Amino acid sequence: MSPPPAEVPSYLTAEAGLWSWLRTKDHKRIGVLYLVLVLLFFALGGFFALALRLELLTPEPDVLGPMAYNRAFTLHGVIMVWLFLIPSVPTTFGNFLLPIMVGARDVAFPRLNLFSWYLFAAGGVITLWGLFQGGADTGWTFYTPYSTTSGTDVLPILVGVFIIGFSSILTGLNFIVTVHTLRAPGLTWMRMPLFVWALYGTSLIQVLATPILGMVLLLVAVERVAGIGLFDVGRGGDPVLFQHLFWFYSHPAVYIMILPTMGVLSEVICAFSRKNPFSYRMIVLGTVGIAFVGFFSWGHHMFVAGQSVAGSGAFGALSMLVAIFTSIKVFTWIGTLYRGSIVLSAPLVYALGFIFFIFFGGMTGVAVATTSADVHWHDTYFVVGHFHYIMVGSALMGFLAALHYWFPKMFGRMYPSGPAIGSAVLIIFGFIVTFLPHFLLGNMGMPRRYATYPAEFQALHVASTAGASLLAYGFLGIAGYLVWALVKGPLAGDNPWRSHGYEWASHSPPPAANFLTPPEFEREPHDYTVVEAPRVY
Amino acid sequence: MSELMRRMLFLPEAASTFATRVDGLHFFVIGMSMLVATGLAVVGLVFLVRYKRRPGDAPTTPRVEAPHWMEALFLSLPLTFFLLWFVIGFLDFSWFNSPPRGALDVYVMGKQWMWKFAYADGPSSVGVLYVPAGRPVRLLITSRDVIHSFFVPDFRVKHDAVPGRYTQIWFEAPRPGRHAIYCTEYCGLMHSRMRGEVVVLAPADFEAWSAQEQGGDVATLSPFHEGAEVEEARGPMAARGRRVAAEKGCFKCHTEDGTPHIGPTWLGLYLRVERLKSGEDIVADEAYLTRSMMDPDAQVVAGFLPVMPTYLGQLSATDAAALVEYIKSLRPARPGEAVSQEPVYVPTSR
Amino acid sequence: MSTEGTHTGKFRAEHFGTLGAQKDAAHLGMWTFLATELLLFTGLFAVYAVYRWAYGGLFHEAQKHMDVLLGTVNTFLLVVSSTLVALAPRALEAKRTHVATLLLLGAIAMGLAFLVLKGVEWGHHAHEGALPGQWYAFEKLRVPGASLFYTLYFLMTGLHALHMLIGVVVLAVLAVRLRRRTITAEYPVALELGGMYWHFVDIIWLFLYPLLYLA
Repeated sequence: MSPPPAEVPSYLTAEAGLWSWLRTKDHKRIGVLYLVLVLLFFALGGFFALALRLELLTPEPDVLGPMAYNRAFTLHGVIMVWLFLIPSVPTTFGNFLLPIMVGARDVAFPRLNLFSWYLFAAGGVITLWGLFQGGADTGWTFYTPYSTTSGTDVLPILVGVFIIGFSSILTGLNFIVTVHTLRAPGLTWMRMPLFVWALYGTSLIQVLATPILGMVLLLVAVERVAGIGLFDVGRGGDPVLFQHLFWFYSHPAVYIMILPTMGVLSEVICAFSRKNPFSYRMIVLGTVGIAFVGFFSWGHHMFVAGQSVAGSGAFGALSMLVAIFTSIKVFTWIGTLYRGSIVLSAPLVYALGFIFFIFFGGMTGVAVATTSADVHWHDTYFVVGHFHYIMVGSALMGFLAALHYWFPKMFGRMYPSGPAIGSAVLIIFGFIVTFLPHFLLGNMGMPRRYATYPAEFQALHVASTAGASLLAYGFLGIAGYLVWALVKGPLAGDNPWRSHGYEWASHSPPPAANFLTPPEFEREPHDYTVVEAPRVY
Repeated sequence: MSELMRRMLFLPEAASTFATRVDGLHFFVIGMSMLVATGLAVVGLVFLVRYKRRPGDAPTTPRVEAPHWMEALFLSLPLTFFLLWFVIGFLDFSWFNSPPRGALDVYVMGKQWMWKFAYADGPSSVGVLYVPAGRPVRLLITSRDVIHSFFVPDFRVKHDAVPGRYTQIWFEAPRPGRHAIYCTEYCGLMHSRMRGEVVVLAPADFEAWSAQEQGGDVATLSPFHEGAEVEEARGPMAARGRRVAAEKGCFKCHTEDGTPHIGPTWLGLYLRVERLKSGEDIVADEAYLTRSMMDPDAQVVAGFLPVMPTYLGQLSATDAAALVEYIKSLRPARPGEAVSQEPVYVPTSR
Repeated sequence: MSTEGTHTGKFRAEHFGTLGAQKDAAHLGMWTFLATELLLFTGLFAVYAVYRWAYGGLFHEAQKHMDVLLGTVNTFLLVVSSTLVALAPRALEAKRTHVATLLLLGAIAMGLAFLVLKGVEWGHHAHEGALPGQWYAFEKLRVPGASLFYTLYFLMTGLHALHMLIGVVVLAVLAVRLRRRTITAEYPVALELGGMYWHFVDIIWLFLYPLLYLA
């Protein structure tokens, strides 16, 4: 049918040498470049998470003093949000798979794509330099007037995040244009793989929300440098205005982190239960709905910040609408298992963990969006628990599911299944032990960002720290077997999962041109009423 | 039942009328989530076991799609609950945001890293807020530097302290007791040490404490002859307010006898309905009066020029409170009513 | 299609099926980029709206101290330059490349004149002490909050001027490429995109002008 992969070099071997990677315009290589950076940043952010948990083992400061603690949680937040979660799935798996899934040779603007990577790297370096040489203590939210008056070195971090934002915009722009103009003939909107839909929705948010963040960071930076007084009460400014502008980006940013992993979930659940999605329409509706309504719910971060009661009511009601778009996805994923032919492998274990965690993350989200209940929970560990269920429990589990599902696609080699499932179970268990106590701590009234705390909170903090160490072992396990698989793993073949997703219509790892002949997608993705996996073009 | 739920969820004692109200919603939301989670887990597990691939299974599966009625159900059922919670929550939230008339006013000022409290009738304290049991207390909260947040877990009450503006919340603690105060908005180095305590006293004990504290404050005021005179008629806090007004030059623009001048007269200003430049009507209550000192141009009454300078950072919380009390004491004479009276707080119960 | 392929093959990147698709992609990309730019300015417009709501009368007072003549001349310059840029692709289509180049040069000159006038105006404000935030020392308007107007004025016109500067550089590059015949009537996309950017910068000014000078 098609020439064996040996005759055509894969994208990995098409050109040799580090220099060929650093000037590549191939979306697959750029995806791998991103993956390297993103994993590095994740390791760094994770290390500081451990440091925080270690400090919180006892009520009084012993490992880190209050200053070091405040810098460490800022570092953890900034790295995890901007250097890991926001780019995690779109820039790596999105870059690698989006063109393949729509049957294109590359993204619309390959040079711009490489430029985005360099911007991201530069922004990351500046941010890290700022975090390590001076160390800001503002938290990742940069609330004014604290951020404009803090004596620590906030400026490089603002600049770094601004540049990363720019990179994120360019990636989103590239994806939007790719989806619009480079779909293979016959690939209509309502037949696109759900991962592509998710990336498309994400890109819209990236393009429309990130500039507001850029602006507000710029304003804080100028305020620090020149004292322009925009958020300074003494000059007539309003510090709460910053929160409005910040959350106008940062609330949709939550969906930048979670939507792509929801796309991953739709792919993984279909592939491993060998079923068509239970309701393709509902997932698409959910994706588009989240991307749209997500823009109008930012005020639920300010129920107790002095916003008008009517305003809080409107934002509260709109937040309920966002929640409904997530809940219909949960129902659809579980429905997809019905009458499937389920193979329990590492990606599916992560996916099941994801469904469980996003349910709790989502329901606690609804809880804190309920105006009166939020008065108690706002800025306590309940909120910390809520967003870690979304950011770690869901987004990170989705990232790991994607990594395990597409590892053979990207590198052509297979990891051992036993240790992979073992690590997955360990990570899910460790996660629950780490973050379930946070809800209870929040109920008790433990405020967030506390370096020290009253003794009555200690028992739950100890449990949480113990869970964090389990998580650390789980991640070390993954690092171990994936590195082994990269070097010595058995060859995976073109389609080791026998998945009917469109991305498997090219060789694994794909040749530089993705497809040797122009692909034709005759059937819907994940149509398992027939035996044959998609033809490899 | 609700006591059991409270202990299971690690919620602290419900020590305010708002806490008992809102805990019901907490239990409803969390309980319902747990119920649905169990349901989903069971369904998922059954599917996992029942439809696990077994050797010899056909590699194909039938095409199954959700029927329309099921899609509609998935959309509408959760939405119904979400909106129900929203409605219950918003009713409570509105209740929480509208202090009853006649509540005891306490001015709260957050600064790095402590809480200061000043009472309408004189006393003030740092770190410890004394309130009487069984009487609504209204807090007028502001900050002197960065944003803080005033949080009493036992009351389920929290509000940000924002520099340059006064925000108000209220609570009513039915029983005497001691409750922790935390700062929940990150405010720098000693954020986690910015704690305090609410001490709820039996009404009689509170009166005793208040009287004792006032004694100290009157002594500092007595050298001012005029102050002493006003004090006799209107109470020590209003007297102090008059002194502050004289020191800060308020009388250059405001009068106390109804004569029109550059700024609105203070006679009868309290609770007067004023029309703003924007056409909006506002009530000149405590929040408006304090805001007008700190951020004068934000809400200018129609017919006046935005010329008042800000007094942000120039007035201590106690001084600002004293000014408000003084303005409150300036009531126009009406037949059958004393010219000026110390404001009387009547505990209102709901 | 085939003729287009043979004539313009050198313009087409290999991942696009047809030159038409590539053109569409380029235009869509530019529109998306402009949407992003618009939202960048929207951040500032939102801040302006909030403070104008809070300090309505004050903003009106401050506007009385603006140099409406310079602002109007600048508006005129930008609108005319935009017209010139709009005519350039027409000229190129009519194979009159040198006319297109001249049109761009005219627009560049007007853009530079705009920036010079803007600089003069800023200098004037600085001389009077009408500066943002802590630098504010404007004697004619000593009311708290007045500095916010000038903060916003400098931020908005400053960001706009930065965009103007970029626009001038873009137009200059386009003029050089026209002269070197690397942009031709067969594939004038670069010229169209540069024009779109210039028009966008112009339109932003058409909002800034009334907000800051007129009402």
